[in-house]
Amino acid sequence: MKVLVPVKRVLDYNVKVRVRADGSGVDLANVKMGMNPFDEIAVEEAMRLKEAGVVSEVVAVSCGVAASAEVLRTAMAIGADRGILVQSDADLQPLAVARLLKAVCDREGPALVICGKQAIDDDANQTGQMLAALLGWSQATFASKVTIADGQATVVREVDGGLETLAVRLPAVITTDLRLNEPRYATLPNIMKAKKKPLDTLDPAGLGVDVSQRLITLKVVEPAKRSAGILVSDVAQLLEKLKNEAKVI
Amino acid sequence: MAILLIAEHDNQSLKAATLNTLGAARRLEGEIHVLVAGAGCAAAGQAAAQFEGVAKVLLCDAPQYAERGAENLAELVRGLAANYSHVLVPASAEGKNLLPRVAALCGMAQVSDVVGIESADIFVRPIYAGNALATVKSIDPIKFLSIRTTAFEAVGVAGTAVAVETIAAGPELGLCKLVGRELTRSERPELGAAKIIVSGGRGLGSGDNYRRVLEPLADKLGAALGASRAAVDAGFVPNDFQVGQTGKIVAPQLYLAVGISGAIQHLAGMKDSRVIVAINKDPDAPIFQVADYGLVADLFEAAPALTQAI
Ligand SMILES: Cc1cc2nc3c(=O)[nH]c(=O)nc-3n(C[C@H](O)[C@H](O)[C@H](O)COP(=O)(O)OP(=O)(O)OC[C@H]3O[C@@H](n4cnc5c(N)ncnc54)[C@H](O)[C@@H]3O)c2cc1C
Ligand SMILES: Cc1cc2nc3c(=O)[nH]c(=O)nc-3n(C[C@H](O)[C@H](O)[C@H](O)COP(=O)(O)OP(=O)(O)OC[C@H]3O[C@@H](n4cnc5c(N)ncnc54)[C@H](O)[C@@H]3O)c2cc1C
Repeated sequence: MKVLVPVKRVLDYNVKVRVRADGSGVDLANVKMGMNPFDEIAVEEAMRLKEAGVVSEVVAVSCGVAASAEVLRTAMAIGADRGILVQSDADLQPLAVARLLKAVCDREGPALVICGKQAIDDDANQTGQMLAALLGWSQATFASKVTIADGQATVVREVDGGLETLAVRLPAVITTDLRLNEPRYATLPNIMKAKKKPLDTLDPAGLGVDVSQRLITLKVVEPAKRSAGILVSDVAQLLEKLKNEAKVI
Repeated sequence: MAILLIAEHDNQSLKAATLNTLGAARRLEGEIHVLVAGAGCAAAGQAAAQFEGVAKVLLCDAPQYAERGAENLAELVRGLAANYSHVLVPASAEGKNLLPRVAALCGMAQVSDVVGIESADIFVRPIYAGNALATVKSIDPIKFLSIRTTAFEAVGVAGTAVAVETIAAGPELGLCKLVGRELTRSERPELGAAKIIVSGGRGLGSGDNYRRVLEPLADKLGAALGASRAAVDAGFVPNDFQVGQTGKIVAPQLYLAVGISGAIQHLAGMKDSRVIVAINKDPDAPIFQVADYGLVADLFEAAPALTQAI
């Protein structure tokens, strides 16, 4: 069984973004970029399924600018067998990404797609669900445990009130939550090996996908800052402030 | 054109998040229809008919909606969507799971986590863990919006109830089966709806400490309990306690962060709280940059002392 893992190149999660003064967006020049953390979890899960003998091939796919090839190399250093870059300089929104991924699925025929639950830049939390819809497959989002047997996936999901377990028929789309696993670090020998693994480059036109924008960003601003508070000296003063100044208790 | 709101409910009543979403829907022009889909959900349909701003309730009562799986529900909503200018859900786990599927079936975009409605097609949403706010214009004929409930007031009940119309169910696709649910039982208020939240981080050191130190404080304050990702990952508390970019977004009257450093991802989930209190022994912890009242102290002394003093 083949697994497809979409991986997105995003800014590093430790970087605090700066909003451009002219409101045109955030400043991504010279900031550290890397693989979306949820996608690292997705690649790790695919590797564990491969190591357990459930999966035979792991294919990483990234949609975006040429530099997205870096995150494909990272995925291959973790263990993915090969990479596919759908190269585009366009602002790829979730529906466009889902359509590109569907076209890749049509060519590759995976039995399972493991996406991240959200990308930490745009925080849309849409792509996996959209892909499942376009493919007509079942979906198991926000997964914290995945077991695969007999053509079905049993997935424990993180929901608002706690946990929910679903049995979904394969093929299916699963999206990862934080506690699914702890991704391994790529070792130096594996990073070297990854450089030799196959990486194909496709483009939206070749896949017959229109990636035009449906959402037009009019402006991007910084949210209102909280004014700095004060340090209180002890519990008594804290309680006094909460009662008499803030009036919250 | 009318607005369709997909209700979240427990068959008896509407979840609080749905009432805030109704508050958002009222910022748009057009009558609001509330879809209550479930199995044995007639009572929830009646409940929905009571709220301010609702023009009509669409009740779809069929076994395939018992488990609230996205696959069957999305098929149902796809069939209804063409009659509406906007389709809204709360940006809860259920709404996030469902709406992108509907939008994609309709071949349209979704705007996630809407915190502001500027006009029928212009919306404001946070990106980059809330460090930037984007104003976006949707060019699709139907706007699919997931609503960040902390940004909109909940509606109240109206004097009279509106009509409940029963609608035909969609197909049972048979793609997915619920095996079980393990829900956290608690007498405390729901995180999303609580006026006061007491939240604990890695500084608590263990689940036992978390319970021993924070539960009495929460009990005294009638507060909900929350946590940082580190506290959840370490197993101090269940996953649904997590506040943050990738957990729950909260905005209570008072948020007490105890032994939480204040990572960007945590701040993304609580920085719109009205009053923030931080108790941390490290004076340089970033949480103090957003706290209205900071107390540099050992939490194992300060928190019990606070509990005592209240
Ligand atoms: C140069 C550039 C500028 C942009 N500017 C803006 C802007 O100003 N405003 C705006 O709203 N958007 C902008 N975008 C698009 C935005 O960054 C997101 O790529 C897009 O909205 C998808 O949302 P998401 O990643 O949050 O999706 P989610 O649905 O949160 O992503 C979930 C999962 O889907 C998969 N996935 C998502 N995207 C990709 C991908 N590209 N390749 C492979 N897998 C993927 C991953 O598994 C990911 O974990 C820009 C993109 C580019 C390249
Ligand atoms: C993709 C991604 C998503 C994430 N999503 C989230 C999210 O949604 N929510 C979230 O919270 N995090 C999230 N994180 C994690 C986040 O980056 C931080 O790691 C996490 O918030 C840290 O939790 P903490 O503050 O409890 O722990 P720490 O950062 O370890 O802080 C513990 C604090 O306790 C204090 N302390 C220790 N002992 C005492 C004592 N005796 N008395 C007083 N103070 C004490 C310390 O001074 C320290 O400041 C995410 C990370 C990633 C990469």
